[in-house]
Amino acid sequence: MTILEVKKLTKSYGKFTAVDSVDFTIEQGEIFGFLGPNGAGKTSTINMLTGLSRPTSGAITLSGVDCVKNIKQAQRRIGIVPDESNLYEEMNGFENLSFCASLYGMAKAKRERRAGELLEEFGLDGTGKKPFKAYSKGMKRKLTIAAGMIHDPEILFLDEPTTGIDVENARQIRKLISTLNANGTTIFLTTHYIEEAERLCHRIGFIVGGKIVKIGTIAELMSEAQRENIVQFALENEVSSLKETLSNEFPGFTIDVLDNAGVKIHSPETVNLMPFMKFFDQHRITVHEAKIIRPSLEEVFVKVTGIGMDKLKKEKEGGKR
Amino acid sequence: MNSSIAFWNIFHKDLRNYYFKPPNISWGIIFPIAWALMFFLRSRNTLDIRDLLPGVIAMAVLFGTTSLLSVTLNFERKSRSFERLLLAPIDSNLLMLAKTIGAIAFGIINAFVPIIFAAFLADLSGINWLNVLGSIVLIAVTSTFLGLFISVTAHEVFEAQTYSNFFRFPMLFLCGLFIPVSQLPVVLRPFSYLLPLTYGTDILKTAIHGNGLIPIWISFLVLTGFSLALFWLSTRNIKKKWIY
Repeated sequence: MTILEVKKLTKSYGKFTAVDSVDFTIEQGEIFGFLGPNGAGKTSTINMLTGLSRPTSGAITLSGVDCVKNIKQAQRRIGIVPDESNLYEEMNGFENLSFCASLYGMAKAKRERRAGELLEEFGLDGTGKKPFKAYSKGMKRKLTIAAGMIHDPEILFLDEPTTGIDVENARQIRKLISTLNANGTTIFLTTHYIEEAERLCHRIGFIVGGKIVKIGTIAELMSEAQRENIVQFALENEVSSLKETLSNEFPGFTIDVLDNAGVKIHSPETVNLMPFMKFFDQHRITVHEAKIIRPSLEEVFVKVTGIGMDKLKKEKEGGKR
Repeated sequence: MNSSIAFWNIFHKDLRNYYFKPPNISWGIIFPIAWALMFFLRSRNTLDIRDLLPGVIAMAVLFGTTSLLSVTLNFERKSRSFERLLLAPIDSNLLMLAKTIGAIAFGIINAFVPIIFAAFLADLSGINWLNVLGSIVLIAVTSTFLGLFISVTAHEVFEAQTYSNFFRFPMLFLCGLFIPVSQLPVVLRPFSYLLPLTYGTDILKTAIHGNGLIPIWISFLVLTGFSLALFWLSTRNIKKKWIY
């Protein structure tokens, strides 16, 4: 069932178009990833979806509610975790959660019970009385996610949830996201970490220059990029002298002999390993390993968007994870 | 949804996080105490104290409300915690009322600092306390909404404070607090009548020593008008500038 439908969504600032006629849907119970480099339009999109900015044009429907006309009605159903923690430094973890619950009209007893539950669920129960300003970055992010979940939203918007966080906390946050989703929360996740999107998301949309250039499940995105089948053999010896023989023996295949005692077979069809194994056996060459080479999501992203690996790497380094 | 829960919790949070903090208490309470002492001790007789009381009350309310509101709004905006309020399912008018009621209450409390001092130093009998209270409330509301209007225009706390001074200080000299409007140069008098504090001070003067210039009902009406207009302009600017 579709929970969020976005049609021709556009945001312009003067002559600059940050989001350009974007269309997508999010199904109930899925994690939808919005993947793109910095400045691609991810945060501008999330701001329009959550009511922090007004679309220049287009439509957003959340569970049948028109978010452009009735954003306050829609905001009851959504949870938001911004890219930077925006809780109150002076208040402790428990007070922050309890205050956030009050913004959704929850009565005192109910909001205090819910705050306690979430602190426990997010592994912060020992720190509930600590002021927010004394939290580590990872703890701050976890509490901000808990605050986004305080009113049991139908959909949770997570904007770059692991950016600027150390590896261990990033791992814990990814686990939390998976658990929240397993418990039934639909998640909209923006990230510029490809491996994070690959690990967490059911479907991914690539956004570049304010436009969605591709949407699909990981399998769909991979299969489209994988125009050929590649099998790589790791051999005992270097076999450059056999390249011609191999090419003559297997005319339908493109064969690369690798420097490090390996052979790469390219084919538009699925590669049957047995004829190759027999060939190496006949030539008394021991095969240590044979593996199917699949393109990574990073390669797919580069192929689809035309954005170089260098730029992505720079952004990853910029993320200071 | 029960919006009143959100309203009271925003108000309560602001009181705890900002208004009840020692630096703000010192600004809010000690500042009017200092003014009251400064003016009253220099007065030659108790009549002077009654004469000065409207001015000191108005100053305490004006500075208390406008100074703290810029802190609560611009500071929260800078730290992005204000976004949390904008993203909550609360009507923007109710949200801004919740954010400003703390400043209004703070201004009203400030007003009583000079009154308490004056009570020890002068005879305050014969004062129309109902009109004094009405005037204090309306000055607090108008000043708060003026502070809100300025804060929405500014990006930083210091910017809001600076802009506030452009309004506060000319207002003090033109509203008849220290120099009666009738004694101001003719060219400046029309400006006096464009300032909300002129009407607030005039009600206080009428209530305390009976020498106000403007009929009291006109002053109440004009102050209410200023409050509504400033609140409307501010919320419109918030919707325009902060939900961009």
